[in-house]
Amino acid sequence: MALDTRTKRPAKTSRAVPAALWRSTIGKKVIMSITGLIMIGYLVAHMAGNIKVFSGEEKFNSYAHWLRTFGEPVLPYEGFLWLMRVLLLVAVVAHIVSAVQLTRRAVKDRPRSRTGKPRGGGYVTFTMRSGGVILFLFIIWHILDLTTLTVNERAEVGNPYGNLVATFDTWYGNVIYIAALLALGYHLKHGIWAAAQTLGVGTTTRNRVFRPAAVLVALVITVGFVAVPIGVMTGVVS
Amino acid sequence: MRLNLRIWRQAGIAHKGEMVEYRVDDVSPDMSFLEMLDVLNERLTLAGEDPIAFDHDCREGICGMCSLTIDGEPHGPQRSTTTCQLHMRHYRDGDTITVEPWRAKAFPVVKDLVVDRSAFDDIIASGGYISAPTGSAPDAHATPVAKADADAAFENAACIGCGACVAACPNGSAMLFTAAKVVHLNALPQGQPERRDRVLNMVDTMDDAGFGGCTLTGECATACPKGIPLESISTLNREYLKASLKRA
Ligand code: HEM
Ligand code: SF4
Ligand code: FES
Repeated sequence: MALDTRTKRPAKTSRAVPAALWRSTIGKKVIMSITGLIMIGYLVAHMAGNIKVFSGEEKFNSYAHWLRTFGEPVLPYEGFLWLMRVLLLVAVVAHIVSAVQLTRRAVKDRPRSRTGKPRGGGYVTFTMRSGGVILFLFIIWHILDLTTLTVNERAEVGNPYGNLVATFDTWYGNVIYIAALLALGYHLKHGIWAAAQTLGVGTTTRNRVFRPAAVLVALVITVGFVAVPIGVMTGVVS
Repeated sequence: MRLNLRIWRQAGIAHKGEMVEYRVDDVSPDMSFLEMLDVLNERLTLAGEDPIAFDHDCREGICGMCSLTIDGEPHGPQRSTTTCQLHMRHYRDGDTITVEPWRAKAFPVVKDLVVDRSAFDDIIASGGYISAPTGSAPDAHATPVAKADADAAFENAACIGCGACVAACPNGSAMLFTAAKVVHLNALPQGQPERRDRVLNMVDTMDDAGFGGCTLTGECATACPKGIPLESISTLNREYLKASLKRA
């Protein structure tokens, strides 16, 4: 008589949740969606702050000063700013490392079709991946331009308003900024909807709302940011 | 009608393949795509050539064996239709048709148009089962199933495991297939005992088999002959997240 009715399987090695998530393709997407949402939250606040340039030099500069003294005396000078910078750095690095690993996994050894026709779905993968690279380069340029003022030719320390106007007085400042924002808009149009699916909240009914909502949020963020260089170009801000 | 075919020929897994051109005369519009290939194969056999290998079984759209990429589209241009149910009346005299196997890293070509889909079997083996007591069949109404759950299970149970979703995906991802299997069984009361292990094990097996990650392009759901909805992937993600958090 058979004593065992099933073959013995090796006991499952259990892992801590973060390690298990990091190992799986779904887990990496979860990390991408959470870090992406953190960055979106930051962008909304950043955009709202930028809009203050339309209230004039004094208001904008005092807002920039407030950002540095926010939380005092509990936090040191620029303490809040540095907390945000660390959070964003962690988010950006985790987002990019996951994106690069998943992209390499998807394209490595992929057999090519011989029809000459590209595979479908290339639109999304292309705009997400190339848009991501554009955003990465832009983030570096943006920090060198308006934070460290390394590449900003007419910059003065302590005058964010003047530095901003100096950037958008150059044609390349406008081109780089607007191109990056278009890439951002496309990235968010798919990204916000995708994050809802990755986090498992997308259902047939809710997706009827998530799709247009993603487009709307992407549009608001893009337009809100683009308003600033347009303002400088048209002389509304000078 | 007459057709020009460009067909992928490959002698075996370790061989290099190439596109070979064939001409088929006397194609009837009532033939299915596979019957049209049968006609070509008969001719090749009579001429002493090696017939073109392709997978097929039921030829009525329910078994999931047929698997051709026709003009770049898995299962061809007809929506919600398997290759075996695609009829030649959708083509015109003189058309050139390109026929390739599924192209995915996890589906190596065995011969010509036949690919090895045993990675799907591994995914099924790792979680596509339920525990049921042996003995006489239970009464049909012994375990009530809510209508919405029954509908979700039915919709996802329609998956025939053909692999078109993987072939259509720019990342070679098996998320739609795995989602269909997990959602089908996790929606039902009978699937509850293994609910968490099922999703964790099936996703682990899917990753180990070398499928790519999902970027939600939606190509899978467009190519799927059984209309498995893209939302099933969201449900799979939800099940996976819940099970992961409880695994700690
Ligand atoms: C800095 C360089 C960046 C790179 C290289 C990058 C790359 C990517 C890639 C490849 C995807 C995956 C697309 C997919 O799987 O569907 C993605 C998704 C996403 N990205 Fe980015 N991205 C970057 C920056 C950003 C920024 C600045 C934000 C937000 C403000 C953002 C928000 C998102 C969101 C919300 C998703 C969706 C996550 C998901 O699919 O669940 N990304 N990114
Ligand atoms: S989900 Fe659709 S395309 Fe994928 S294996 Fe199942 S039936 Fe085929
Ligand atoms: S041969 Fe069975 S589904 Fe096509």
